[in-house]
Amino acid sequence: MYLDFFMNVAKFFTKAVISTLLLSSTAALAAPEVNLYSARKEALIKPLLDQFTEKTGITVNLVTGKADALLTRLKSEGRNTPADVFLTTDAGRLHRAEEAKVLQPVQSESLSKAIPASYRDPEGYWFGLSLRARPIMYVKGKVDPKTLSTYEALATPEFKGEICIRSSSNIYNQSLVASMIAVDGEANTETWAKGLVGNMARPPKGGDRDQIKAAAAGQCDIAVANTYYFGKMLAGGDASQKAAAEKLAIFWPNQDGRGTHVNISGAGVTTHAKNKDNAIKLIEFLASEDAQAWYSQVNYEYPVREGVEPSKVLAEWGNFKADNLNLSQLGDLNSKAVMLMDRAGWK
Amino acid sequence: MALPSSNTTTSTPPQAPSVLIRLRSKFASSNLFILFLFTTITLLALPVLTVFSFIFEPANDVWDHLVNTVLSDYLTNSLLLLLGVAAGTLSMGITTAWLTSMYDFPGRRAIEWALLLPLAMPAYIIAYTYTGLLDFAGPVQTYLRDLFGWQYGDYWFPEIRSLFGAICMLSLVLYPYIYLLARSSFLEQSVVTMEAARTLGAGPWKRFFRVALPMARPAIVAGTSLALMETLADYGTVQYFGVSTFTTGIFRTWFGLGDQGAAAQLAAMLLGFVLMLILLERYSRKQAQYHQQSSRYSIHKREVIPGIKGLIASFLSFMPIVLGFLIPFILLAQWALGETINSAFLLLAWNSLTLAFSASLLALTLAIILGYGQRLFPTKTVKAGVRIATLGYAVPGTVIAVGIIIPLAWIDNTIDAWAIETFDIGTGLIFSGSLFILLFAYLVRFLAVALGSVESGLQTIKPSMDDSARSLGFTPFQVLRKVHLPIIRPSLFTALLLVFVDVLKELPATLILRPFNFNTLAVRAYELASDEQLASAAPAAITIVLTGLIPVILLNRSINKSTLDNHQ
Repeated sequence: MYLDFFMNVAKFFTKAVISTLLLSSTAALAAPEVNLYSARKEALIKPLLDQFTEKTGITVNLVTGKADALLTRLKSEGRNTPADVFLTTDAGRLHRAEEAKVLQPVQSESLSKAIPASYRDPEGYWFGLSLRARPIMYVKGKVDPKTLSTYEALATPEFKGEICIRSSSNIYNQSLVASMIAVDGEANTETWAKGLVGNMARPPKGGDRDQIKAAAAGQCDIAVANTYYFGKMLAGGDASQKAAAEKLAIFWPNQDGRGTHVNISGAGVTTHAKNKDNAIKLIEFLASEDAQAWYSQVNYEYPVREGVEPSKVLAEWGNFKADNLNLSQLGDLNSKAVMLMDRAGWK
Repeated sequence: MALPSSNTTTSTPPQAPSVLIRLRSKFASSNLFILFLFTTITLLALPVLTVFSFIFEPANDVWDHLVNTVLSDYLTNSLLLLLGVAAGTLSMGITTAWLTSMYDFPGRRAIEWALLLPLAMPAYIIAYTYTGLLDFAGPVQTYLRDLFGWQYGDYWFPEIRSLFGAICMLSLVLYPYIYLLARSSFLEQSVVTMEAARTLGAGPWKRFFRVALPMARPAIVAGTSLALMETLADYGTVQYFGVSTFTTGIFRTWFGLGDQGAAAQLAAMLLGFVLMLILLERYSRKQAQYHQQSSRYSIHKREVIPGIKGLIASFLSFMPIVLGFLIPFILLAQWALGETINSAFLLLAWNSLTLAFSASLLALTLAIILGYGQRLFPTKTVKAGVRIATLGYAVPGTVIAVGIIIPLAWIDNTIDAWAIETFDIGTGLIFSGSLFILLFAYLVRFLAVALGSVESGLQTIKPSMDDSARSLGFTPFQVLRKVHLPIIRPSLFTALLLVFVDVLKELPATLILRPFNFNTLAVRAYELASDEQLASAAPAAITIVLTGLIPVILLNRSINKSTLDNHQ
């Protein structure tokens, strides 16, 4: 009888599930630990966490997920939340977490010393850990870099049908537009966005890599993308992606003005952290020179800490001036940016 | 079976009371059952209701903004997507189900189970693979350009990342719902009815359109509504293809605009949509009944299609497998070749398997209880309650996850506060901090799948069968166990299989609700794929597909075997 068979298998699995449950809850009791909610994907944080554990003996328990969802989880779990540290890949979400009162201010001399003031919250609610730059990329030989200047200029008729950029649903574009609203004002930025939409080579689709690939294949001449995608395509094992990326070069826009748009990945200690000391130790470790060098070598992000040697790939792209806009503004202006892009018809 | 006892016969009044009344008078336990039924329904409906409750949050001017700018886009795209996927899945699902259950042609045995393979393919993964293949920068177009010396703009090529592309992708992975349900319905259909139609002179087409199709209608409707609800809930594919639908709109409004209220109103509109579809179908069905006059009397024999026609049948039923499984699978395998697979994969696979198995068994049990509960107490309240409890299937995973974490964490915190007050011991997060919340999430998401299957099975059993069994002295529970369950065994296996594979692929809720250091195959595949590292994601994606194959093969065998067992 099949149902009997299934009942037996069911019992077996139920036992397995229960024992997994018990194991996972008891094993963690003894050793010193810190619990992390991370919007950074496992592959891009786990190696560092392992180094931290090796160095300090503190176990790091990890849940990864989308920042907004993790934030909701943090909020609803309230004072019983197991999370000690909340880590995101953009400043806007850190700001939202601070506003939702799920983060607490932390005073750490080593953090204040390591991280420039513009990349951390003045009261210590959150700390930037890496910089993610979003420059303009152009097809070598087809675009004279002298014709490029600013993000603003991408909307001029000169670039009609030449631009590839991803959807406005993406946080990187939302932050970029938010940073422009902060400087140029809402009305000007909306005019700009309409111009940009008119210059797009195709309706936005795919991720940042897709924009670079499309430019390499001849669909457009200019792409806007984060540097670490570009770096990974250049260094990754995929020959066709490498060939595509090699056709493009980076142009750092707005160097005569406010600088190129950057966002940060960063972390803060949660309000109800039960392992506060370990949480601070973890953030301090992530801001340490070794960890900072790791970001630049493995993920082609720029270190927040000064004096850390950037990786070879990063060094080849040259130095640039980064926009030093107060990053919490990106969070404040995010919804304005989304509505503006809706109105401009940026899909 | 024993003759009716004198007791029952003598006590039967001239006008036999309905099952309902007898049940209420004879079994005090029925009150308990009703209580249980309503508790279950309430619990399952909690997440959807939580999301609904955000409607009352002030939505500021965001709603005006949506109406003025993007809402019409969301509406048209969602509607077109639904229509397209309905057309695609119905044509593929019914054709293949009819051919494989009624006829024999070259390769039929292999095709029969291989048609289920696309089920194991997550929609966003198939979208990634086809994009890699057919995109402007992909190998096919590059090859064509190199071959003919074309440049961008010189030639026309279908754009994969479009509404049409999304329809194709979703249809290819969702048609098995209709195939499975329609096939078990065709197989459960009484041979006698078909024979009668044949002796009355109905040709194969007429038998299909006039007899088999109308009889399979509940199953086909169930399958279609599953496919369409899944379409509405899909985020990965439409987002990647740049098609703005209700789902992408909800995400954008909630997380981009930070407006929970407006997002919930969008979600409520989406659910209103779903409810309307369900009501429309109910209305068009009106009083029609779909019970079999009898169980099958003889073993169903397949008609052999000879020659060229047979090959055409093979080709027709083989195409969905090629497009929905073989091509993406081969691509993934190629990508996976360069990647290393280590023992960590075993743990991931084990996590995925245990979760999927526990969730599918739980879902099946609840589906039987709710399905049978509706049959025993077919009141409007029960029916409406069951519909609301299964609405979670049409809600995007992330949204339902938020709807789950809020009430569960609240319950946990309340218990904790009470325990501290009374015993001075904190209980922490009992439900929301453990795997319990994941299982609960899967039930909320996928109960509709199991219930659709169980319901369509139960509908083919005449209520008079219940009455006869009851008059023979069976308790309602015995009727279920000894009469219903054996008859609808194929539908039960179908329910198990569908939930199993769905949980295996489930991503957004797992991502948000899982405990520390707990990963599944889908989480691993997604994390890498969403970082645009398709090649690194390939091993995990392949493992999902391979793990999904095991139950597909096993359960398909069981379905076939039990259909035979039933009628021998």
